[in-house]
Amino acid sequence: MSDFHLAQVNVGRMLAPLDSPQLAGFVAQLHEINAVADQAPGFVWRMVDDSGADATNLRPEHDDDLLLINCSVWESVEALRNYTYRSDHLKVLARRRDWFERLADVSVAMWWVPAGHRPSMEEAMGRIALIREQGEGPEAFTFRAPHPPPPGSPGDSGHPRHDGASATEHTPAEHAPR
Amino acid sequence: MSSEDAALEALVALGDPVRRGLYRHVSGTPGEVGRDAAAEAVGVSRSLAAFHLDKLVEAGLLEVCFRRLSGRSGPGSGRPSKLYRRAEGERTVSVPPRSYDTASRLLAEVVEQAGLDGELQAAARAAGEASGGEPGCEADPVEVLRARGYEPFWDEGTLRLNNCPFHALADQFPALVCGMNLAGIEGLLKGLPGGQDWSAAMDPLPHGCCVTLETAKRTGPGAEPEAAAGAPPSHAEP
Repeated sequence: MSDFHLAQVNVGRMLAPLDSPQLAGFVAQLHEINAVADQAPGFVWRMVDDSGADATNLRPEHDDDLLLINCSVWESVEALRNYTYRSDHLKVLARRRDWFERLADVSVAMWWVPAGHRPSMEEAMGRIALIREQGEGPEAFTFRAPHPPPPGSPGDSGHPRHDGASATEHTPAEHAPR
Repeated sequence: MSSEDAALEALVALGDPVRRGLYRHVSGTPGEVGRDAAAEAVGVSRSLAAFHLDKLVEAGLLEVCFRRLSGRSGPGSGRPSKLYRRAEGERTVSVPPRSYDTASRLLAEVVEQAGLDGELQAAARAAGEASGGEPGCEADPVEVLRARGYEPFWDEGTLRLNNCPFHALADQFPALVCGMNLAGIEGLLKGLPGGQDWSAAMDPLPHGCCVTLETAKRTGPGAEPEAAAGAPPSHAEP
């Protein structure tokens, strides 16, 4: 068991309000996809609003009613990767452009937190801002080049291809807000 | 040795028809395959199969693992069996040299950056439908998918696909490429004369293609003898 867990945030701007017909397909799957996350191996925690069900009432930027946030904590990069790309979550991910804009700026970030820590929305948005300002590093990174957990934690092996030299390097593939 | 030479040396091992048959059998079977099953599938003796399987391991095309097939452990459970599975990694040789992979990565990156997922899916759907409707195209979706490298196998009532033909690209651009692939298969089913009762959905397992298929009427050859008869689809080996 690692002393550190992986926190993850992504934001997405809806193409229309949450209660519009255009977003109905997304809303219809929210409950199921969140349940998949809750039961996924290595899942630790996800941010929810006052409803307690999901984070769709949260607005990370006050002047943007269409911007949703998705923030969660996982035991490892691989656990998050398996959920993101090798579970039913892929179903909604493949339809992300039916519901969400392609943001020109970086919209995802990962970072290591002490096990038990629950990131706040401000902390999470700060990590996205960090990548936007300084690029990726140990304090904020993406699937493209994951950083290992801080020293002293024996747990996570990080990402097997994170040497950065591989020809099949990952781009900052985003995951759809849930 | 150049990477092209290394790939050629590995692929030369597939020149022998028996070896090629063994490779295809092991490669197309989810989980691992033992010598007896491989020999039977190809119709050669156990010792000949063992010889060729080990040649394929030497060439780096297959990997070996040892496991007790009885499921028991401890004293009296017998020796572990030598099992074979496809090795990780891809080998491509083209003469004259071509770099479609480089081009496809660049194109995918631009499509991703532009957010053109929907347009790509529409194009894949149309292409799949057109190819399914071509005269002379095999009518059975299972055989068409097999011919396209998906390595279909039955998992009870569900047709799963043991191989992702777009693996490296899907690894790099999962949302984009897996969405394209699903749309392409849906289009194919629509275009195929024998595809009308079929449906495709995303249901990713740890390995292989993320798409699974179901058919309303699964009869006759659908109930393949070799289908789920092999090892259970446990890629859970370390």
